[in-house]
Amino acid sequence: MKITLFVPCFVDQLFPSVGISAVRIFEKLGHTVDFKESIICCGQPAFNAGYWDEARGIARRVLKALSGQDPVVVPSGSCGAMIRNFYPELFKNRSEAEAAVQLARRTFEFSSFLVDQLGVTDLGSRFPAKVTFHDGCHGLRELHVKHQPRQLLEHVKDLTLIEMEDQTSCCGFGGTFAVKFPMISTAMGETKSRSALDTGAEYLVSNDSSCLMHLQGLLSRQKQKLKTIHLAEVLASS
Amino acid sequence: MKSEKQKDILGRIREALKIPAPIAHVAHRQTASSLPQPRAWLPPVPPDQAGQLAMFERNCEQLRTEFCPARGIDEAGRVAKGLREKYGWSLAASHHQVELDAVVRALGIETLYMEDHPAQTELEKCSVGITACDALVAQTGSILLTARSAGGRALSVLPPHHLVVAQINQLVADLPAAFELLAARYDGNYPSFATFITGPSRTGDIERILVFGAHGPRMLTVILVQ
Amino acid sequence: MLSSFAARFKARATRLTADLEHRVKIRSALKSYEKARDERKALFQDWEAAREGAAAIKWEAVNHLDAYLVRFVEKLESRGAKVFWAGNAEEARDYIVALAKEKGARSIIKSKSMTSEEIHLNESLRQAGCEVVESDLGEFIVQLREEDPYHIVFPAMHLTRTEISDLFHKKLHSTPTDNPEELTMIARRELRLKYLRADIGISGANFGIAETGMISITENEGNARLTAAIPRVHVALMGIEKVIPKLSDLALFLPMLATAGTGQQITCYNSLIGGPRQPDEADGPAEFHLVLLDNGRTQLLADAEQRDALHCIRCGACLNACPIFRNVGGHTYGTTYQGPIGSVITPHLRGLMDWKHLSYASSLCGACTEACPVKIDLHHHLLHNRRNSVTQNPDRWERFAFRAFARLTAHPGLLDKLVRLSRPFLPLVRAARHIMPPPIKAWLGSRELPPVAPQSFRNYWKSR
Repeated sequence: MKITLFVPCFVDQLFPSVGISAVRIFEKLGHTVDFKESIICCGQPAFNAGYWDEARGIARRVLKALSGQDPVVVPSGSCGAMIRNFYPELFKNRSEAEAAVQLARRTFEFSSFLVDQLGVTDLGSRFPAKVTFHDGCHGLRELHVKHQPRQLLEHVKDLTLIEMEDQTSCCGFGGTFAVKFPMISTAMGETKSRSALDTGAEYLVSNDSSCLMHLQGLLSRQKQKLKTIHLAEVLASS
Repeated sequence: MKSEKQKDILGRIREALKIPAPIAHVAHRQTASSLPQPRAWLPPVPPDQAGQLAMFERNCEQLRTEFCPARGIDEAGRVAKGLREKYGWSLAASHHQVELDAVVRALGIETLYMEDHPAQTELEKCSVGITACDALVAQTGSILLTARSAGGRALSVLPPHHLVVAQINQLVADLPAAFELLAARYDGNYPSFATFITGPSRTGDIERILVFGAHGPRMLTVILVQ
Repeated sequence: MLSSFAARFKARATRLTADLEHRVKIRSALKSYEKARDERKALFQDWEAAREGAAAIKWEAVNHLDAYLVRFVEKLESRGAKVFWAGNAEEARDYIVALAKEKGARSIIKSKSMTSEEIHLNESLRQAGCEVVESDLGEFIVQLREEDPYHIVFPAMHLTRTEISDLFHKKLHSTPTDNPEELTMIARRELRLKYLRADIGISGANFGIAETGMISITENEGNARLTAAIPRVHVALMGIEKVIPKLSDLALFLPMLATAGTGQQITCYNSLIGGPRQPDEADGPAEFHLVLLDNGRTQLLADAEQRDALHCIRCGACLNACPIFRNVGGHTYGTTYQGPIGSVITPHLRGLMDWKHLSYASSLCGACTEACPVKIDLHHHLLHNRRNSVTQNPDRWERFAFRAFARLTAHPGLLDKLVRLSRPFLPLVRAARHIMPPPIKAWLGSRELPPVAPQSFRNYWKSR
């Protein structure tokens, strides 16, 4: 089938290998991947800050670019949740309401799409390392993504998954929260990285690059050896 | 007759409620009245009395409620006497109730009766408050009593030891059943006070460490007459 | 522009988040709660269905609040209770102070009531010449320390036994001890006399039962029972939103409150009070006064989108779940109600512009909404507060920045080029972080910058 990949701004600019890995995975499964060059942001930063008019402006472009029937896959729980859960709220009682609901219905977070929609858990990947997994909050609580990444990791050859304590606590990124309340964001990130470090894992994996960006920032400043990597990059390895 | 302030507040409420509230995030669409009994969601309880009694006993152990079964009122009296020796009770307080009177008589110590309206400072000197109850709740290990069935409000909470004398037919399965009992027994004329007592008084306010006897009784004993 | 409350919040948050001892202390307190709570939840046959049921009952109650309140009050008054409807904090305080004066009350014993904290009752009573003593152990402790409760359910959660021992030694002249039981007994002995001497007992109420005209009080220590049993006059203070339809509803609410609040199946004492002492009862207060409090609740009621925040049963589960709460601590909020519920309702009770910062001080992780036994949409209401504050009074610079950002996203190619161009400057930005604009400086305070990849995804796509 034809799958449209929505690549959020930070994946596009900072972590392109996440998007590239997703493309490779879908193509290996025999699907065609489409990418809309006219859009780059889902509008979540403005939405979360309370600027819903501005968010709507950004979201309208996305609605237009992603109109159609193809499923839309997002390698990020937070952007996936924005489109799936919040676009309908953003456009409630407006002319775009129906379009928003339609788009929401066919938008999926990356791991959820693979497992729940395509029924695939084994991608023939290999990633020889001890890893631990961080559940991004939007994916976890807005999109109910919990077992899907683990089912996928289970089938990765030579990979050992060690669950961290407090695995469902927030990493502390939270978008602009990270810079509006940096002291709290940092404290949360320190607690999370400590949980990850205590597992003895070599890699910290997540399905949301924004979490990883924040945690890697902290780990690098602390000169820790623990490396962060996105789930898609692990699954694309062989 | 409604006061001005009452009218103001009700007016604001009615104005506010003109706009209906969404229940979008609450998945169900049922109204409260069409919901099944909470019994189906709360922890399960055995359907038979023996099972319920065992559950009540297990709860008592976990809660640190002292549980003393007795076969008949005479044995209950003997058990009470044993407790008196164990704890060194010197002065008791109680109220009049048929089964209770027999046990208190057997206890054989000076007893103040709530019907005589003792001063609170006198009640404070008692080693034990002895009461009847309305029900025992298997699911939670609770004792249900009211100001009418248990000699007022202070008797079961002021003295440092609370002794309850209960009958086996007072055992009910769960909280819903206990509330049904309250309604059946008192509807139309409720006592001013009722309480569910679940273990001796406790607190975790200091470093979350469990301490008994914070303000209410430090010891709770149930004599269950079968 | 930060309100003074926001500035204070940030200052306290900065201090507390750096306090590693505090972090460890709170974490360990919450760990033991989590273990107990999870064990209790697991015993429910269907915890999620119970949440739905509790949410439905609260929805019914709050959305027919006038009818239920009228029934509740009628029943109460028919059994001799006196009900006072207080539109705001001042009216509530004035009524209680007037009552104290009328009774010639010198000594007042109080059991735990967050509503009384909300209206700052104690100061008014003291000014009127009454001694006011908090009987709940945690409240008693923070009262001696002259500070606010740290948590709506665990007021002294932030203190060690040594700190409490020092406090008792200083204020009560007791012998220092490291034993929590001995410390509790010191408080018990101290309070015994207060109960017996008190002229008035003041309590809160967890629920009001419309069907039977009773209030329900949940506790573990027995101090609320004593407060409602010993003094001649009992005053209960209750928010109008606490009314629930039927007595049997408590069969669900009492275990849920205990499970979510303290990890117990049910608390030690759950008492129902329906009026003053009846003629056939052995003892009890001669008078029972119920003060119903609005104080901004009708304001929140009028916001239909956030009306479910009034479903709150004050269990504290959202505080316990919140990563912000556990890092900044209860005192940082500077409000009566802390944590997520406090962040949601305080703007409605005390003003949006002054208190919107609490809604922004969140990563919107949703743990609160997940923990709430009555399914209040807490973290989404934080978003709603943010939106409302922007609608009411947007920050000009911020709005400009978001509008510029929105315009830029309409030109992805341009955005891409700008980011590519910034690459070589990143090490400079890092080195000069102390003079960078606030967001960049804030990031770099504790974190390295993310890498900017040499080739963006769209460039890769174009070159395929």
